[in-house]
Amino acid sequence: MLDKNGIAKRIAQELQDGWYVNLGIGIPTLIANYIPQDISVEFQSENGILGMGPFPFEGEEDPDMINAGKQTITAMPGASIFDSATSFAMIRGRHVNLTVLGAMEVAQNGDIANWKIPGKMVKGMGGAMDLVASAENIIVAMMHTNRKGASKILKQCSLPLTGVGCVTKVVTNMAVLEVKDGAFHLLERAPGVSVEEIQAATEGDVVVSGEVGEMKF
Amino acid sequence: MNKVVKNATEAIQGVENNMTFMLGGFGLSGIPENAIAALVQSNITGLTCISNNAGVDDFGLGLLLQKKQIKKMISSYVGENAIFEQQMLSGELEVELTPQGTLAEKCRAAGAGIPAFYTPAGYGTEVAEGKEIKEFNGKPHILEYAFEADFAFVKAWKGDRLGNLIFKGTARNFNPLMAMAGKITVAEVEELVEPGELDPNFIHTPGVFVQRIFQGVNYEKRIENRTTRARENS
Repeated sequence: MLDKNGIAKRIAQELQDGWYVNLGIGIPTLIANYIPQDISVEFQSENGILGMGPFPFEGEEDPDMINAGKQTITAMPGASIFDSATSFAMIRGRHVNLTVLGAMEVAQNGDIANWKIPGKMVKGMGGAMDLVASAENIIVAMMHTNRKGASKILKQCSLPLTGVGCVTKVVTNMAVLEVKDGAFHLLERAPGVSVEEIQAATEGDVVVSGEVGEMKF
Repeated sequence: MNKVVKNATEAIQGVENNMTFMLGGFGLSGIPENAIAALVQSNITGLTCISNNAGVDDFGLGLLLQKKQIKKMISSYVGENAIFEQQMLSGELEVELTPQGTLAEKCRAAGAGIPAFYTPAGYGTEVAEGKEIKEFNGKPHILEYAFEADFAFVKAWKGDRLGNLIFKGTARNFNPLMAMAGKITVAEVEELVEPGELDPNFIHTPGVFVQRIFQGVNYEKRIENRTTRARENS
């Protein structure tokens, strides 16, 4: 099974040269650490920066330079700063090539739930609803099961939805899945993980076509 | 033309119980620290606050929440404030969680004379409940209405006597939009300068939107998550 960094590393392989990419908080932010050497992408942060760079060196943290997770960051050469309406114009106007976010649940019809556990955790949706409603290319980075071992890859979401019918690809610690025609199509297995293990951990319908290869790193 | 007031206390003249305020900032970046302190001091209550986040427990809007001065929050994310989550779950605090892009556009629209707009964000979720839906290009959108705010409290990097504002880095965020929208916009700045010192080409918020401006003091500019990377050994 992969750990969070493994999931990030695998998703980084999806990046294409010249893409604008929005990374959600949590596992997605780790993707910035694994950009393939031969390509360049620009990271957009919803709070108003395009060309987000790595964390600053110690002693150089700037309170006026943070990302969506309120972490201190730097700006790459060629970065630009703008207000929140312009930021969401970029997002809603489909100018961002790839959106990666985390989830609590993903359903086989492409629904996603990642902002609320009624009565328990209501942190809010932030920019997630704008992102999933508009993006053409959404990859969800998540653990396949929750801490109790229950599947998070479902027939139907039980938690309040963030978006409907919008997820097309999911990368978990066990597998790469494509969401298509009302089912999860198994594309790749995490190293050392079997098809049977993936099926057992998936409450939703899994379609397995022929031999399923392992993720390559 | 001179919109300068002496300090935050003067700047908040006219605030009353039960008013609706917009407060700039994303996390703790770009929050109007001085105005918030003055509002806490003023003891007014029953407030509806429109702000992307709710500060942290002991800073930013968290200070107003601690003293139970806020009746309703309109935000997109409140995860950093445990007091907030607690007041919300217990029913003490009314909360309208709004998608961040919608929040931004509701502020912008308010200032821009656009009474309502359609957005795809939130369709099929709780956010869409009770709202009009219309299809555009075969895709459903929700009708959202512009905000109204009695006061907008914004924080800028530099401003002049005429109310022109320039923001720095990601401290910009909602400030320019809220500056447009407040019936009375109060701007606090790190550097108050004379007209002519700010290059017209680089002004982010033209002074027409700002009613009061003051030189802020003692900015803490707290960092919520100090993250760094290791220096490579040469």
